[in-house]
Amino acid sequence: MSTMSNSLADNHTESFATAGLSQGDVSDFFALLKPRVMFLVVFTALVGMVVSHPNVHPVVAFVSLLMIAVGGGASGCLNMWWDADIDAVMTRTAKRPIPAGKIEPGEALAFGVTLSAGSVIILGLVSNWLAAGLLAFTIFFYVIVYSMWLKRSTPQNIVIGGAAGALPPVVAQAAVTGHVAWDSIVLFAIIFMWTPPHFWALALVKSGDYQRAGIPMMPNVAGPDSTRTQILVYTVLLAPLGLAPVALGFGGLAYAVIAVIGGLGMLALALQVYRLRQGEPAMKVAQQLFAFSILYLFLLFATLLAEHGLGFFRPVFG
Amino acid sequence: MADPKAPLRLTSEEQKRRRKRSLALALTLGVLVLLFYVVTIAKLGPDVLQRPM
Repeated sequence: MSTMSNSLADNHTESFATAGLSQGDVSDFFALLKPRVMFLVVFTALVGMVVSHPNVHPVVAFVSLLMIAVGGGASGCLNMWWDADIDAVMTRTAKRPIPAGKIEPGEALAFGVTLSAGSVIILGLVSNWLAAGLLAFTIFFYVIVYSMWLKRSTPQNIVIGGAAGALPPVVAQAAVTGHVAWDSIVLFAIIFMWTPPHFWALALVKSGDYQRAGIPMMPNVAGPDSTRTQILVYTVLLAPLGLAPVALGFGGLAYAVIAVIGGLGMLALALQVYRLRQGEPAMKVAQQLFAFSILYLFLLFATLLAEHGLGFFRPVFG
Repeated sequence: MADPKAPLRLTSEEQKRRRKRSLALALTLGVLVLLFYVVTIAKLGPDVLQRPM
């Protein structure tokens, strides 16, 4: 009995002696926020704000954007906390702070929860509670629905989970106008439809990684050929959807040109991915589609930003 | 097993990392204070001093 209590006491004192001593560097905590994803969140949210032509104080708009960025980073942090086990076995993610042993899972959890709560509360106080509720829903959807539930259970994981990545323009519009209108819903739909071809192109290249980690990505479950067909189907839907801002009147002439050329580029690459199925050329074209999809989305949103933020808007009709 | 009475000795690398974390935390808190102040002023608006006496 006394040996057992000594052992318990020793364990307690040992954990007490090391408790609270983080080994992480500031850059490791920053890496937990997935800076590249955070940039995409800030960028798409900024476009959501600018196309809304808000009538709020610039400081309120800036702080709202900052809180959306922090909320997006917090989601990434909580995702890394939950997925540390599978991150460790994938080459693409093995160097993340938790699997690399630089940050303890508990630290990441506390960091993510604190930032989530802080960003939602501050956004609510600074702008409005509709935006705060949407930001909270985005974090909930990414962490609970996508990371904890869908990611390991269905090949539709990134299709449904893509909604979380598509919500920032909607949150941003709510933050600066107090309501959600069609323009931000269309931006949501474009990102939502863009996500499957983008991620499945990567999944075709990294299918071995996902197989090792036991994640049911589409190429591992339905096979590469079925994935190629689905990439093509989503791209066929995405290309005309990219023109929806023009139809709704908030995409100008420059946007129309970029959307047509970019959409045709996406279609051409998706067709190549569909046709080339063997060896190095198949991998190469999948990588090209992955890279081009990033450029495509960036150009669509950057053009909207230039048209509405810098005054380059020229209407297509009338 | 760690001696419960032994003081926790940090290596110079650990001390350096802790200092950087502390500075980052202090900076974040400072920015938050500034942010709350600026937002308060922005939301009050220019008419804050013009009220019926």
